[in-house]
Amino acid sequence: MKKILALALAAGLALTGAAFAQAPNFDDPAEFARQKTLLTTAPMGPADMPWEQYLVDGMKDTASFKKDGPYTVCFSNAGVNNPWRVVGFTDLQQEVALHPEIGELVHVDAEGSDDKQIADIDDLLAGGKCSILIVSPNTTAALTPAVEKACAVLPVIVFDRGVNTDCPVTFVHPVGGYGFGIQGAEFIAANVKKGANVLMLRILPGVDVLETRYSGGKHVLEDAGLNIVGAEFTDGDNAKTKSIVEDYLQRGTIDAVWMDAGATAVAAVEAFQDGGYPIPVFVGEDQQDYLQTWQANGMTAIAPTYPTYQWRTAIIAAVKTLKGEAVPSPEWILPQPAITMETLDKFVSPKMPPLHYAMCGCEAMANYPTAWGGQ
Amino acid sequence: MTEQTLPHADRRKRQLPQINPVYFVLAALIVAIVVMNPAFAEPTGYMNFLKRAAPLAILAAGQLYVIVSGGFDLSVGSVITLVVVGSSILSNNDPNSTWWVIATMFAIGAGVGLINGLVVCYLKVPSLIATLGMMITLNGVAFMWSGGSPRGYLTDQFRFFGRFNIPDLPLIRILPVALIVLIVLGFALYWLMHRTNLGRMIHAIGDNPRAANLAGVPVNRVRILAFMVSSLSAVAAGILLGGFAGVSTDVGTGYELQAITAAVLGGAQLLGGRGSVPAAIAGALTLNAIFTLLNFLGLPQPIRQVVQGLILIAAVAVAMQRRKHTGR
Repeated sequence: MKKILALALAAGLALTGAAFAQAPNFDDPAEFARQKTLLTTAPMGPADMPWEQYLVDGMKDTASFKKDGPYTVCFSNAGVNNPWRVVGFTDLQQEVALHPEIGELVHVDAEGSDDKQIADIDDLLAGGKCSILIVSPNTTAALTPAVEKACAVLPVIVFDRGVNTDCPVTFVHPVGGYGFGIQGAEFIAANVKKGANVLMLRILPGVDVLETRYSGGKHVLEDAGLNIVGAEFTDGDNAKTKSIVEDYLQRGTIDAVWMDAGATAVAAVEAFQDGGYPIPVFVGEDQQDYLQTWQANGMTAIAPTYPTYQWRTAIIAAVKTLKGEAVPSPEWILPQPAITMETLDKFVSPKMPPLHYAMCGCEAMANYPTAWGGQ
Repeated sequence: MTEQTLPHADRRKRQLPQINPVYFVLAALIVAIVVMNPAFAEPTGYMNFLKRAAPLAILAAGQLYVIVSGGFDLSVGSVITLVVVGSSILSNNDPNSTWWVIATMFAIGAGVGLINGLVVCYLKVPSLIATLGMMITLNGVAFMWSGGSPRGYLTDQFRFFGRFNIPDLPLIRILPVALIVLIVLGFALYWLMHRTNLGRMIHAIGDNPRAANLAGVPVNRVRILAFMVSSLSAVAAGILLGGFAGVSTDVGTGYELQAITAAVLGGAQLLGGRGSVPAAIAGALTLNAIFTLLNFLGLPQPIRQVVQGLILIAAVAVAMQRRKHTGR
């Protein structure tokens, strides 16, 4: 009996050990430093069109993929299941409309499921119609084999979340999560006194892009000698966010709020307003409702972004590849600007829906604002 | 004569020691919160608490009607979402629209309850499945309507009920409008359930539908009314929640289970025939007190979830224990 118990215990330990060993590293000093540098790197490419710019030089010759049009662009999408992806997908569709050489866009929506996306990619390959495949992976590890399989048959462009292979023509993405966290936290550090109380609000644990935002932000806040009073999960729920902030306000002062995403930022601001407290230094994101609240209340605030214009870049990369023009590769790293108090007015637009992501690079496109739900 | 007095005396004897344990659990949690955080005893502390608990309390009181009648209503969360999303689109930033938008929402709620009831009564679909289907359908409707992202704002007039505090009052300092709504609706639901014939008939069909039918209770009509009360309470909860926190497309997610949990915490019997509106409201407050206490304790999220689950099971176990003692 004792033996069995010991064995079970050992097996249990081994299992947890393995789990820890496999846990991805969301706190990587090298990557932190790299993204910190990228934030201040001057971009290459056309000025005022950040969706065509790139931060790291290194071009890939795509002459071997050159093809005559019209092209069938196939797009395996992780999902259109949150407002960020709704804005991004509209960007992508409107970008397609700018390219007469694209005959057809075949879009398959994986609805947030790895299994469905793997099957989707198989179906697209079996259909044999695609000139090129764009993949926005649902999760990194699960989609890697499917992308590798596709690479063997046709050119592949990956964007947003990555895959663990460099077989695609390029991987389009902005600077990244650490950069997002750093931008907000550095703004807080510059605008409050040493030892000030900072509340960190997060959506949920375990998502790579959100974990890196948090660890990036936390490092900067700690190094600046600020006091992190708490790091709470809001589940992206407005009511829960407001309740959490109200509870913290009962227990002490808050000098700054850092958030890993801005969809519930207005609810957090309202907790201060409704309780009769001055609005502290705020880090949100580029959602319209937050930008408008910020402007209306003259807040000391910043909005780091995870630009939706990368959805345009994916199409641009696909078209360039099929035309045999060189593209930045293996990674097409896009600039990741934050909206600041100086640039705020440029991005506020009351005619857009509340969760429209302002860093869409879409204002000059033909069907703006109606295609994005604006009036 | 003796036949009439005897059961009366008997009942009083049984009722005396019978204080619903949910009230003790709630009191204990509140004491714990105050110990953790003395500021909670200040008016802004407990008023904020009551304000944010109001939507769930109303929802639980409405859900209780369906539970006592022997069913479940899983569609309430999706009704909340539909109300918030629909109101933000319909009102179109026009302050004058508030009243007709609210009226429209209650009409939609009544319709949803009616359909739930008709499906359960005449198509003989178990309520669990009927309302699950309704939940999926309504979530789809809300998604189609909004396109997956909020399309507009709620006006300040609409948000008045869930957000506004009446300031500068003597003694209590602030009084949230949501609390007034809770008191009014809570009393109305209490009266309807425990002081009218309808309430007695709901208890009867939940206890034994066949016996109730033989005794002349219009079973189907009463059951349909119970579903309508539940859906209408979801509309009220949706208006308060939208007011409290603004528009989001998943605001109602999970509220159906919280409402059922709150009712069970208040001692409601899951297969019908027994339940109390004030206790269901206390159950909702208890559930919120658990959330608040765990917020104040500052435990990491995973531990918080474990503790939350354990407290829930313990609280319901206490509620069940009481039933064994009283034999009801």
